[in-house]
Amino acid sequence: MSDTTPVLELRKVDKSFGPIDVLHEISLKVRAGEVLCLLGDNGAGKSTLIKTLAGVHKPTRGEILMDGEAVTFDRPKDAADRGIATVHQFGGTFPLMSIGRSFFVGVEPTKGWGPFKIFDRKTANEIAVKAVRDFGITRIEDGDRLVGGLSGGERQSLAIARAVHFGARVLILDEPTAALGVKQAAHVLRIVGEARRRGLAVIFITHQVMHAMAVGDHFAVLIRGAIAADFRKGEKTREEITDLMAGGESMADLEASLDTYMENHEGHAPQPAA
Amino acid sequence: MQLIARFLTQPAAGAFLSFLGIILFYVLFGGVDLGNLAGAASWVNLAANLGIVAIPVGLLMISGELDISIGAMIPAGSMTTAILSGYYDLPIIVGMLGALSFGALVGLVNGLLTVRTSVPSLIITLGTLVAMQGIVLAGSVLVTGAASVPLAAPDWAKFLFGQLIGGSHQVVILWWLGFALLMGFVVHRTPLGNWLFALGGDKESARNAGIPVRGMTIGLFILSATSASFVGMCQAILFNSAQVSGGMSYIFNTVVSVVVGGVLLTGGFGSVLGIVLGTLTFAIVSQGIYFTDIDRNWSNLIIGATLLLAVLMNESFRKFALNYSPRKKARN
Ligand SMILES: Nc1ncnc2c1ncn2[C@@H]1O[C@H](COP(=O)(O)OP(=O)(O)O)[C@@H](O)[C@H]1O
Ligand SMILES: [Mg+2]
Repeated sequence: MSDTTPVLELRKVDKSFGPIDVLHEISLKVRAGEVLCLLGDNGAGKSTLIKTLAGVHKPTRGEILMDGEAVTFDRPKDAADRGIATVHQFGGTFPLMSIGRSFFVGVEPTKGWGPFKIFDRKTANEIAVKAVRDFGITRIEDGDRLVGGLSGGERQSLAIARAVHFGARVLILDEPTAALGVKQAAHVLRIVGEARRRGLAVIFITHQVMHAMAVGDHFAVLIRGAIAADFRKGEKTREEITDLMAGGESMADLEASLDTYMENHEGHAPQPAA
Repeated sequence: MQLIARFLTQPAAGAFLSFLGIILFYVLFGGVDLGNLAGAASWVNLAANLGIVAIPVGLLMISGELDISIGAMIPAGSMTTAILSGYYDLPIIVGMLGALSFGALVGLVNGLLTVRTSVPSLIITLGTLVAMQGIVLAGSVLVTGAASVPLAAPDWAKFLFGQLIGGSHQVVILWWLGFALLMGFVVHRTPLGNWLFALGGDKESARNAGIPVRGMTIGLFILSATSASFVGMCQAILFNSAQVSGGMSYIFNTVVSVVVGGVLLTGGFGSVLGIVLGTLTFAIVSQGIYFTDIDRNWSNLIIGATLLLAVLMNESFRKFALNYSPRKKARN
């Protein structure tokens, strides 16, 4: 497995915004049929990293390779054309459009001829509904339903099914489970597993260790813009990963210091920095 | 039940009920004779002139933009026609093309400024509105020495753009219907229409999906300014003269029509049928009052109340449409 060429690879990628260095020497590989979990606390640089992969930002230094070949993305469209699909936290971006219509934005199926080429609503609805149902979301039956009326998990699933349908090879999921309840999150995790089974390279961003461990093959922990740890499934326990994310400080230590603080401040927790 | 539910999920449902509601109100409380009202030209003429501008203004609103410069583009269209073909005596076709090109040019400026800057289009078109008023007034006084210019259009132009069908119904009614059918087809039946809703839903995602966001926005601004100058041109041909004033009421009236018509102010939702029904509702409220026993001083109160009711209705129907799923009951 590890001798196949990675679909997507980063080599010593730096990203700064003017004087602010956000990413330092990020090197990562993700292969087809593999889920790479990117873990990190808020502000670690996860969003900046995926925006760099999606063509929103250009790396300041370093290179991005696809199938072993160096690539540059000038616009998000360039990354999308290469098969890199990003699904954001809230999935569907067109809440007031129907499932069929939003599924085919920009690539509408048509029927008829010449100037009378019309949007083929029936075909669009059928294909869209079939695509999500093939991912196991059987609750979606009517392609005329508005995307905004779906549950958070269903919307994520629709967005993932859409990316897969249009031939995505790399699927980037930015905190897809963060806003979801337990059941909905399980739904999305199953979809992630299905995308992997279909041979996609998945980059799964999260700060929920349990969710990462449920689907990940390969893990990278990002701390203050640098890769602090890079390991494969089974190499670390949940506690070890949580400790790594907390910046090397063990969670147990953190809890102990919190207790001390509370004792010294009459039971008040520290005020979060605004 | 199914049928009613399906109907309520349509973007034009609220506008349709507003339309029926206002007619019912006038019949019940104003003693309106329906036959009289249906045969009258005043409200249909108003609706047609307003409707030709309301459609592109509504489409712009669906795309997430606003255009209030139309208020200046109506007199600009009629003055351009009258100055070129009346004052300078050039063939009417020159005046007409001049008026339409002037509209297209102002639309292009509005569009370019909107896509090139981060200034909201409301402010940009407020700027061009005021600037155009100045250009039209100063320009016409400078050229003709007057704020009103006569125009005698040839028969063919009168027939096509300034005819009174049956002595009362302006021919622009037919232009409005044709325009509504064409735009209804484009917006609801073609891929371009799908792009429009995507544009209003989320510009960034639309751009990433390969939709020419800037081109479409510029195109919509050109359409609205050109439609406004078309209406001005038709009025000049009909009334044999053009004035620098007038047109400002169209800003308020188109926005009311479009919003009553179920277009979401923040974009992404609406329909051409809804805009047409919203325009008809507005026209009946403001002109139909002359057919009632109600004192016409009340008409603005009725317009305001209709607007609020329609908006509330549209709001709740949209929520209903969002959550509507035919088999929901069976599942839970
Ligand atoms: N466009 C930008 N300009 C300057 N600093 C930025 C920009 N984008 C992100 N940052 C900074 O980079 C750091 C990482 O942010 P982000 O990638 O959003 O983290 P995460 O997604 O892991 O929470 C933050 O400190 C943030 O302030
Ligand atoms: Mg983030």
